[in-house]
Amino acid sequence: MMHLKKQDGWPQYVVIVGCGRLGSMLAGLLSEAGCSVVVIDINESAFDLLTAEFSGFRIVGDAVEIEILRAAKTDRADCLLATTEEDNVNLMVAQVARKIFNVPKVLARVFDPRREGIYREFDIETVSPTNLMAEAFLASLQNRREGQSCV
Amino acid sequence: MRVIVVGSGKLLYYLTRQFASKGYVISLILADEAEATNLSRRVRALVMHGNGSAPHVLEEAGARRADVVVALTPKDQDNLAVCQIAHKMFRVPRTVALVNDPQNEEVFRELGVSVAFSSTQIIARILEERAGFEDIANLIPLAEGRVTISEVALREDAPGADKNLRDLTLPEGALVGGILRDGNVIVPRGETFLRGGDRLIIISRPDCYDRVLRVLTGGES
Repeated sequence: MMHLKKQDGWPQYVVIVGCGRLGSMLAGLLSEAGCSVVVIDINESAFDLLTAEFSGFRIVGDAVEIEILRAAKTDRADCLLATTEEDNVNLMVAQVARKIFNVPKVLARVFDPRREGIYREFDIETVSPTNLMAEAFLASLQNRREGQSCV
Repeated sequence: MRVIVVGSGKLLYYLTRQFASKGYVISLILADEAEATNLSRRVRALVMHGNGSAPHVLEEAGARRADVVVALTPKDQDNLAVCQIAHKMFRVPRTVALVNDPQNEEVFRELGVSVAFSSTQIIARILEERAGFEDIANLIPLAEGRVTISEVALREDAPGADKNLRDLTLPEGALVGGILRDGNVIVPRGETFLRGGDRLIIISRPDCYDRVLRVLTGGES
């Protein structure tokens, strides 16, 4: 299991949208590192994934509704992480956080690598699991080739 | 005009028929394959099955040459993505989106959608205008609803009828901006006399609106 060090560098107040495997993991880790964390998910049962380290708040609702983001006090957040399984939800929530709530740091998970480019224009950082995984696979293949060439 | 519509159901069907009758060149993108096949037999349009917010699907639908893209799905996030991708990637000059959550009307405009409309808002507005108080017409919210302009009929027996405007204590956040009488428009002053049968143009903050109506017509909204 991964652990984060308590240090000054972590944002104080983080809103996480989506409490799937990624969202719940980030929520636990950041919570443990001393951040105040609010997690939003449309399904209450999703919160079952949260670990014992999580000490923040949970909000049940659709983050595409601005009221839900308001309830999470997104205007005071230092950072918002959009981690749901739906690209369009992540991209919309991220833009609302950036443009309407002026959240300084916003990250969105985007599965479709072809869309990443457009959203860079909107001043939103995206992370593509597809790209990351492709890189990891290729790096591993390359290590293997380099390993063999050493023999 | 070249139009791409993303959506489903009756709204899409009837809209397509109307567009077709005007001679528009139409492409439709539907998420459901069976519905797409079915629709393709009933309308004069290029009907595609796919994800309307996927860039390659929009491109295939002719986004590079489209004049308008309309997004009518039941998910606001998808409608936003369709419009933004059409506009940013394919330079579609005009994008129109249905918003399901009325509060997103404002959000969409802020995020670059040319026209965002909420059927909830439209129906609510129609109800406010017509149902219940036929004496009140054209309630128009301005400045994000911080001011409303409405046209109110003054009946013969209304408390405001046959009075000088100055004798009526209107709340501070409201004024009578015009009087329609016998086809003429009168810009009222303090000494202007109100008559039964006048139609009054009332400019008011929403919180004062009920009080103005009570003073003038005796009614409430």
